[in-house]
Amino acid sequence: MTVVLIAIAALVGLSLIFGAVLGFAAIRFKVEGNPVIDQIDALLPQTQCGQCSYPGCRPYAEAIAEGEEKINKCPPGGEATIQAIADLLGVEPEPLDAEHGEEKASKMVAVIREDECIGCTKCIQACPVDAILGAAKQMHTVIADECTGCDLCLDPCPVDCIDMVPVATTLQTWHWDLPQNNPSIIATDRGQAA
Amino acid sequence: MVDYLLILVSTILVNNFVLVQFLGLCPFMGVSNKLETAIGMSAATTFVLTLASLSSYLVYEYLLVPLGIEYLKTISFIMVIAVVVGFTEMAIRKTSPLLYRVLGIFLPLITTNCAVLGVALLNIKRENSFMESILYGFGAAVGFSLVLVLFAALRERIAVADVPKNFQGSAIAMVTAGLMSLAFMGFTGLVSI
Repeated sequence: MTVVLIAIAALVGLSLIFGAVLGFAAIRFKVEGNPVIDQIDALLPQTQCGQCSYPGCRPYAEAIAEGEEKINKCPPGGEATIQAIADLLGVEPEPLDAEHGEEKASKMVAVIREDECIGCTKCIQACPVDAILGAAKQMHTVIADECTGCDLCLDPCPVDCIDMVPVATTLQTWHWDLPQNNPSIIATDRGQAA
Repeated sequence: MVDYLLILVSTILVNNFVLVQFLGLCPFMGVSNKLETAIGMSAATTFVLTLASLSSYLVYEYLLVPLGIEYLKTISFIMVIAVVVGFTEMAIRKTSPLLYRVLGIFLPLITTNCAVLGVALLNIKRENSFMESILYGFGAAVGFSLVLVLFAALRERIAVADVPKNFQGSAIAMVTAGLMSLAFMGFTGLVSI
């Protein structure tokens, strides 16, 4: 009888000590905030374009994390972003919601036709990433490196002097196309795939 | 000193836990799809295995033996391992959220990695001393990491190779693991321990 009691007491004591260690660790290593928001935010393209009807990528990420918003409202990210978020959250990917805009095939950048610009500053206020430079009644211009190609400056412009042009591929930005899911690497595979 | 070195060589190469003793096969198959994840898993497992080996030795030597309840070693070791894994998970979550995200579900699954319990029990069976226990656990973890990283690198290459249709996926992975195991059998006789 005593042997059994000793055994039980030893294991209970051991589990109490371990419980205390884990309890201490839980307080010591407490994580503030919801890490899921950060993870979704990291997947979004950070164009801050507002095409999803939220004021930026992070508010949209917060809305997704809350579960109150669909994941298919990000045209700049396109299908790739939807797929990545769907994988992260373990939900079914949905096609891009056309209401919020369409995915562009290549990266675009805004260019102001400078001789037509009247210097109204309206596009500067619309730009979510402060990529437009200029002052009242002075000509404006776009900082190409900062521009995310979100189209938001097109509508406010009273003289329609802003064009969206595709970014030309240079030696520095050229890269291989990503492989497809089931690439037909060898010639004999091609007959089956087709 | 030579003894310690022999323990390391023995656990890493000759008696490799995964490929020779066939312990810890679940993460070996499960986390070897990407090299990056495999490296993260290796680091976490190394930490857990070494710490679990150490603390299970302490529990056995200073609690179970004096009270004469050695027969409870399996259940106490499982408890020790669960605590070490839980502690590691919290620490990683705080210090490296990125690694935490990469490892995902596999981090708590270290608890069920049979190599961890295997090392703790083998330590007792082999009557290792304190220092030997730590080295045994560490060596087992390094051996595990070695084959996991090698295997992940192999599988990344295989993913783009022209594998016959019937062998694609798990089948070719099993074949690869078998060939690696054969290769590690070649270390037998390097040291006898």
